Amino acid sequence: MDPSEEVFKSIKESGIDFVVSVPCANLQKLIPMVDSDPDIIHVPATREEEGIGICAGAYMGGKKPAIMMQNSGMGNSINALASLNRLYNIPLLIIISHRGIEGEPICAQVPMGEKTPQLLEVLDIPAYKPHLAQAKKTIEKATKKAFEEGKQAAILLSIGFWRES
Amino acid sequence: MIRYGALEILAEKEGDKDTLIIANIGLPSKELYEIYDRKANFYMLGSMGLSSSIGLGLALARPDRKVLAIDGDGSVLMNMGSLATIANQHPDNYLLVIIDNGAYGSTGNQITATAGLTDLKEVALGAGVRNVAMVSDKSDLKEKLDTMDNGVLVVKTEPGNKKVPVIKLCPADIIKRFMEISSPPSHSR
Repeated sequence: MDPSEEVFKSIKESGIDFVVSVPCANLQKLIPMVDSDPDIIHVPATREEEGIGICAGAYMGGKKPAIMMQNSGMGNSINALASLNRLYNIPLLIIISHRGIEGEPICAQVPMGEKTPQLLEVLDIPAYKPHLAQAKKTIEKATKKAFEEGKQAAILLSIGFWRES
Repeated sequence: MIRYGALEILAEKEGDKDTLIIANIGLPSKELYEIYDRKANFYMLGSMGLSSSIGLGLALARPDRKVLAIDGDGSVLMNMGSLATIANQHPDNYLLVIIDNGAYGSTGNQITATAGLTDLKEVALGAGVRNVAMVSDKSDLKEKLDTMDNGVLVVKTEPGNKKVPVIKLCPADIIKRFMEISSPPSHSR
């Protein structure tokens, strides 16, 4: 089982048809898969907060959006997630490559990586942390709940997740 | 011309059409609400900087509809990467109108970088937007709104606000009635 393929299949099965991406090394296989899918509009953004706005607009136009980013981008997105998504009940699937935790070789990733789960908790955004074997089921369930309830759902994909196969 | 005058022309030109309008946070939303409230106006109440991005997402989701986002110079400066993304997506149904009064109008008219050396028309061109124009009087603005379907239109105005009341709609009402117009029927809430 390939982690990138599992996430891609899960997004497809969840009915996601609009994806904004900001790169992470762990997303390097997934981003081209999304980009080459004719049924998904893919918009590379310059910064995560910008992407949150693009996804909100896409939702208002009838799309089912997701954003893919590294957890550092959470810090760049907090105001938008609160004063746009939460204020207007705009749903969003947030696929996060979670750096700065066990297995992280770069020290600069650690402070933000450690705080990411707490930041999501403060924002009342549920964080799902699936192993590869449950990834598809978890992503589908989280997406369904978010879009039915007008909320946001985060999928935290650890360093270990990307090394599973 | 102050922003209120520019918004009056915008409302006159686009108000009775089915153009979807995203109105920037603060006084632009409040002023537009007073000039011409309509279901197809989405009023931002938070998330400064994201008007251009919300408009882009909407335009890409609805290529069959004309989308117009009203932004401010301070907000565009806060999210300048947005111009690069708009340039590279280049939706032909999306017009970004930047009302550039050189001031943070909603917070007491502190000057912005465009009151100094920054030129948002040049920034948009440098970002790669193909269709860019700048106007500073009412008749040129009317003409551009008749002829420009997409790209970035910078409207130079003087700083200054009209005293307008707060928007009486709650966020849930704003998005519900907007999506009755902006979203295909199966997605309306």
